[in-house]
Amino acid sequence: MTTGTSAAASPVALPPYEQVVAEYDPVLGLEVHVELSTATKMFCGCSTAFGAPPNTHVCPVCLGLPGSLPVVNAAAVEAAVRIGLALNCHIAPWCRFARKNYFYPDMPKDFQVSQYDEPIASDGWLDVEIPTDDGPRTLRVGIERAHMEEDTGKTLHVGGTTGRIQGAEYSLVDYNRAGIPLIEIVTKPLEGVGSLAPVVARAYVAELRDLVRGLGVSDVRMEEGSLRCDVNVSLRPSADAPYGLRTETKNVNSLRSVERAVTYEMRRQAGLLSAGQRVHQETRHWHEDTGLTTSGRSKEQAEDYRYFPEPDLVPVAPRDEWVEQLRAGLPEQPSVRRRRLQQQWGFSELEMRDVVNAGAVDLVAHTVAAGASPASAKKWWLGEVARRANEAGHDLDSAAITPQHVARVQALVEQGTLTDKMARAVIEGVMAGEGDPDAVVQARGLGVVSDDAALLAAVDRAIDALPDVAAKVREGKTAAVGALIGAVMKDLRGQADAAGVRALLLDRLGSPS
Amino acid sequence: MSTSHGTATAVDIAAAVRAGERSAVEVLEPYLAAIEARDAELHAFNLVTADEARDAAAALDRRVAAGEDPGPLAGVPVALKDNLCTRGVPTTCSSRILEGWRPPYDATVVARLTAAGAVSVGKTNLDEFAMGSSTENSAFGPTRNPHDPTRVPGGSSGGSAAAVAAGFAPVALGSDTGGSIRQPAALCGVVGVKPTYGLVSRYGLVAFASSLDQIGPFATTVRDAALLLEVIAGHDPCDSTSIPQPAPGLVDVLDRGVEGLRVGVIAELTGEGIAPDVARRVTEAAEALERAGATVGEASVPAAALGLSAYYLIAPAEASSNLARYDGVRYGLRVDARTTGEMMEASRTAGFGDEVKRRIMLGTYALSAGYRDAYYGKALRVRTLIARDFAAAYERFDVLLSPTSPTTAFPIGDKAADPLSMYLNDVCTIPTNLVGDAAMSVPFGTGDDGLPVGVQVLAPALGEVPMFRVGAALEAAAPGAAAVRPDGEEQP
Repeated sequence: MTTGTSAAASPVALPPYEQVVAEYDPVLGLEVHVELSTATKMFCGCSTAFGAPPNTHVCPVCLGLPGSLPVVNAAAVEAAVRIGLALNCHIAPWCRFARKNYFYPDMPKDFQVSQYDEPIASDGWLDVEIPTDDGPRTLRVGIERAHMEEDTGKTLHVGGTTGRIQGAEYSLVDYNRAGIPLIEIVTKPLEGVGSLAPVVARAYVAELRDLVRGLGVSDVRMEEGSLRCDVNVSLRPSADAPYGLRTETKNVNSLRSVERAVTYEMRRQAGLLSAGQRVHQETRHWHEDTGLTTSGRSKEQAEDYRYFPEPDLVPVAPRDEWVEQLRAGLPEQPSVRRRRLQQQWGFSELEMRDVVNAGAVDLVAHTVAAGASPASAKKWWLGEVARRANEAGHDLDSAAITPQHVARVQALVEQGTLTDKMARAVIEGVMAGEGDPDAVVQARGLGVVSDDAALLAAVDRAIDALPDVAAKVREGKTAAVGALIGAVMKDLRGQADAAGVRALLLDRLGSPS
Repeated sequence: MSTSHGTATAVDIAAAVRAGERSAVEVLEPYLAAIEARDAELHAFNLVTADEARDAAAALDRRVAAGEDPGPLAGVPVALKDNLCTRGVPTTCSSRILEGWRPPYDATVVARLTAAGAVSVGKTNLDEFAMGSSTENSAFGPTRNPHDPTRVPGGSSGGSAAAVAAGFAPVALGSDTGGSIRQPAALCGVVGVKPTYGLVSRYGLVAFASSLDQIGPFATTVRDAALLLEVIAGHDPCDSTSIPQPAPGLVDVLDRGVEGLRVGVIAELTGEGIAPDVARRVTEAAEALERAGATVGEASVPAAALGLSAYYLIAPAEASSNLARYDGVRYGLRVDARTTGEMMEASRTAGFGDEVKRRIMLGTYALSAGYRDAYYGKALRVRTLIARDFAAAYERFDVLLSPTSPTTAFPIGDKAADPLSMYLNDVCTIPTNLVGDAAMSVPFGTGDDGLPVGVQVLAPALGEVPMFRVGAALEAAAPGAAAVRPDGEEQP
């Protein structure tokens, strides 16, 4: 253990990233907390629903009242085993919970029930695909362990300037989150990725998120905190040097931030090292707004958690047959699934990457399953829906429109009921909460006029109104028909299918279509 | 010792109330009167819930009148150790830190007693958080031994033991982490049982050391203890460590005698460190069992002597974690300070007594980085060793015998300043908790000072049936406690 002072180092300039990776070899470690979407908490029957009024989802057990005792939620154990299996881990035939002891007001018992030296899953891997200049490259990220634990409550520090406990006038604690089951997934040290480190970190978290989502055990919504990431970064002069001192940046809660936080820490640490200063082994806070990390608690004064086996719980001993049953029931790995879907959908590498990067694989898949063609599903999700979600500051998967809605819109287009422009209006209406596509069509009076009489009347009116244009078309100059189409559409207030109108006009004017 | 309301047992009371021969209210009043008359002196209770008890008894009588059967403990007054959660009724653990706290729920055992028709008369005094062997570590002052008020009742369940010995209730519940039921039972001349770990739910027992704590009964007779245990035992889904089996039938086995049972007297717990008059009673007890048809031999449990050292690492280690939650944030005492951390420190400093602080520090140290394996880890290995030695002994014997306590009740203040000599009181009882087995203390005559002596009957896990059979035989053969003068000469 080092004994240096933790006095703040004098500020040093951030070297450019190219210089950092030329001079140093980064080593990463990622700790991801996944909040399980079980109906009840880890050790009691309280609801895990997000967003309830403070301290309404609590009982003697999750409040840690004197005399209360925990009982393990079997659904959480099952989810943990499935995550472990999906990460190619060894599943412990016998393991225990442990108490991690430290005082903090949002921890009802002043210890957290977690797992220490006996995690339920260990020694696995996850393949992640990253784009490089030489095409996609697959990297295998080693998984050290995945273990079960309970979440803490949430503290709101009121007054003061930092929003942290230091300097606050008073604090309010909400224990609704206390006891919600978490799975903590810890990577092995990730080495040898050089300048790709930030991209690999992001790709790993994204891949893990897709994998967990595919298992259906968590919402994995980073913005709601159901997936939280801590990023460990250290630098060393070369790949054969011993590891440097690392920092742990807490609560990096978006994919973009993961990439930014790694980049920033690499540059910050390189700046210190190049200036002859040392990196302090410490916890750092990530600031989304500035893209900076700041010093938190020093690991040199780190607490001694005094781990010991939780005596109030019996060991967890998953039976072999049960584990094998769960293994057999695992969904495809996300990477395998993506390759399969790409083939089924007939997408190019680039098209598929766009879908993946937009986080729309599931959305497109569900839309296709609801009857739309892959191309149209991709078009709507990555086009109109993405644009509107982006405007509203939502992720695509939290946009207020479902794959079924999108498939219905596309079906209406294909039936000729909606034009492309109308379809966009219907999507806007659905996302504004006006109901399903049919309800929006009805309410807004959208829909192509397919009443032949009305349409034919409008076509005749247009031909009468623009005799010169009509004559040109009759002579075979079909390009001129646009003006007539425009007149018909104007007459019908846009509620007609342009292609249909075109065909009708050409037919009427005796021109080959 | 005599009580003004006779020597009615729980068995008799329940039978009379169920049959409509006596009302629960009639049964209750003499006990409340006895408490009124003498508890100011003895301080067995932290809280007497006389009004609630009268209401409960009256409600019970209405149910009997309506033709209902209130259950196997109908109308039986019961005293509850004040570390058992009682809904809406203060539960203090005899600590300032829990000042003002009223649990929003009943412990499983309390709910089961209530469902069986028992009537709680109050919450009994204990060593703070059950840490002690004399009940002197209570924040509310010591309990006195009804046999000699200058002496301790033992502990930590001293209030429950004294309450039963003084006739404040026919039965009581205590908790036993290292002897906290058996040792005060011995010192107060009553029956006390530490059931197999997991036989009785711990849900609602304020934890001292989770892997050692177990709730059990106090009674004046072995039969009453068996009845009470039958009611509170059995699986509870709220306690993961509770054994998933129904409660064993115990009352029905008491008349079976001990014919053919193999009884071993633990050599390591009858020699050095045990007062000769106490050791003599154990010998007499063994002889009495032999006369009753048991086979008696000498048993050896070499590692039992290491129990005390292992216990004083494991129990404080668990306690240091269990007692962390008393931080002033959510309930109990809060001493305000500038920061949350300082508030926690100030609250804990003001709220805990010296013995609790001593054990928190011992336990924190035993688990700390760099020492964990040498202390906590080694203690766990010793625990395994003791279990192995007991298992070997139980291959040869059905039950084992030892003194419950090395001495009879000692004077108040005698050992209060010397924690080590106080800890030695539990040398005979601690090994059972470490192993998770069952044991009970049965009164068996007196020592040279005329004070009660208890003989401990030990049994393997779930060995309650042979243990109670031996307990009943000892009770039948015991020299009349009141009939023995200090010189040991029996009266005609």
